[in-house]
Amino acid sequence: MKLSLGPLLYYWPRDAVLRFYEAIAKTPVDTVYLGETVCSRRRELRLADWLNVAATLKEAGKEVVLSTQVLIESGSDVTTLHKIAEMSVHGDFMVEANDMGAVHCLEGKVPFVAGPHLNIYNLPTLQWMAALGIKRWVIPMEMGRDDLKLLQAGRPVGLETEVFAYGRMPLAFSARCFTARHYNLPKDDCQFRCIDHADGLQMRTREGEEFLVLNGIQTQSARVYNLLLEIDAMCEIGVDVVRISPQSQHTPEIIDLFHDVMTQKTSADAAMQALTPLMPEQACNGYWYGKPGLELCGDAALQRAAQTQ
Amino acid sequence: MNSNNDHSPAPLELVCPAGSLPALKAAIDNGADCVYLGFRDATNARNFAGLNFDEAAITNGIRYAHDRGRKVFVALNTYPQAANPQAWCLAIDRAAQSGVDAVILADPGMMAYAAKRYPELRLHLSVQGSATNYEALNFYHEHFGIVRAVLPRVLSLTQVEQVLEKTPIEIEVFGFGSLCVMVEGRCALSSYVTGEAPNTNGVCSPPKAVRWQETPQGRESRLNGVLIDRYAAGENAGYPTLCKGRFDVGDEENYYAIEEPTSLNTLALLPQLMKMGVRAIKIEGRQRSPAYVAQVTKVWREAIDNCRDNPHRYSAKPVWMTDLDKVAEGQQHTLGAYHRPWK
Repeated sequence: MKLSLGPLLYYWPRDAVLRFYEAIAKTPVDTVYLGETVCSRRRELRLADWLNVAATLKEAGKEVVLSTQVLIESGSDVTTLHKIAEMSVHGDFMVEANDMGAVHCLEGKVPFVAGPHLNIYNLPTLQWMAALGIKRWVIPMEMGRDDLKLLQAGRPVGLETEVFAYGRMPLAFSARCFTARHYNLPKDDCQFRCIDHADGLQMRTREGEEFLVLNGIQTQSARVYNLLLEIDAMCEIGVDVVRISPQSQHTPEIIDLFHDVMTQKTSADAAMQALTPLMPEQACNGYWYGKPGLELCGDAALQRAAQTQ
Repeated sequence: MNSNNDHSPAPLELVCPAGSLPALKAAIDNGADCVYLGFRDATNARNFAGLNFDEAAITNGIRYAHDRGRKVFVALNTYPQAANPQAWCLAIDRAAQSGVDAVILADPGMMAYAAKRYPELRLHLSVQGSATNYEALNFYHEHFGIVRAVLPRVLSLTQVEQVLEKTPIEIEVFGFGSLCVMVEGRCALSSYVTGEAPNTNGVCSPPKAVRWQETPQGRESRLNGVLIDRYAAGENAGYPTLCKGRFDVGDEENYYAIEEPTSLNTLALLPQLMKMGVRAIKIEGRQRSPAYVAQVTKVWREAIDNCRDNPHRYSAKPVWMTDLDKVAEGQQHTLGAYHRPWK
């Protein structure tokens, strides 16, 4: 099994982004997904800058994949998409397609990754999509272990499966910017307030429960999806790539912990204990068990119960 | 590419919701050109108890519509789940064999099945397919012969027009009803909280997860235990759709952080939508009563006829707006994403 780092979902100052990826280059992560997937107004890094970051990471031996924006609305969004697709066709890098528009620009021309928002929930669709030239697919956030097993049993030979295994989950996308809304600003004049919230803007219920995270037009889970204790289970059903989603603090340490468990340098239990204080909020893994996403099930639940006793 | 050169406005269809046979009749009787409905299972995105059509009702419904020269679309717009994708294929078989005018699909695997098995069957792309740009629309057109797409409620008018210019697909837009603030097909908030969501189960914030509680702080609505809203005495309590609750963000407390309970209403935009070549207006609300369907259909029929006859003198009549606000969620309306400042 390999380890990947998903696209950076937040808006950080340019220097912070560059420093972040310098640190990532030194980690044992195998694949790094780059690029702006959330909002076209975020321009601390332009496409050319992302390509520079990509070159550095490649030199460090990483596979680099450029991720496309999930919600493509305007003419200029489509233009950016075309540029990325063209570069991929020229062999510069592989692309993670995050909407069917991107798939349309890549299919039959060059191998690509089918991102987690393409809604591939069943085998007929996986098989049909694979024939378009998919090298790897990322399972939907909502997909659990049992459903994944069924798809794994019938997936086309050579197709790799990637699972989002750590981080706050991107759960929803909107035309509306909730960060701008919070500041009573129109989206078109948002003053780039996302940049003040390195891990998004926390939304709590009226009784103080951390519920969701507002990240511009994206809404995330407040709880951190964490499948560290499921690495053996993922290995057993033939998952090829385990994805970690960037957060502003501790990402290299988190990569190390996953890597240590995958290479059997550390036990999953010990790594989980070391990981717990590095999470911005409590863990969840309900989707993996076919339950509401915010729940905590299996060994992770037992471990937490033991700790709180 | 939707040509509109002959100066006569493109015909615009009014597509109305039918959650039951009485609602279907209400829609037809009040002037719907088309109705859309679902089977009584998880194959459609309004999978609610007591709603939708069994075999007898669908036969009756199709006859009622066809006798009056109207069309019936069947929504099979959830994503087949891994354990049993055959159930969705069977639903396509049922729809095709029952003689419906089109099926509304979201899943590529289903589209491939339908296109191969029933080449004559008209396929529409559901809003759950999340196609917001022409590249995505043309993808579905080229592979499956999709002839019409329902656009997610996220595009501005200008963006709708840009899409229309670059796709041969007929475009259907939402005109009225509950407003999904998230891109349809791209929202898992409901399954995060309750385990069931539109893509997977055809439901959002399902009733079985809802609890109401009277507390000293007020009346509370919870979804699988998560507090969605709390109402002061005398405040109207709405259904706890999780994105329409009140929350705290930063030091701002108790506000609609995502969206107010409100309805989309685009009556005012009708001349522009017609002029740019939009082919159909969709009314949301298969979960609503026949009375709602009758009221909304009646107003929209009158508005569309009025606009077609006199596009230059058209304006949304105050009485139409009042009639629609009476049945609107939260008794208020918005132009939503069509109007840029909403975003």
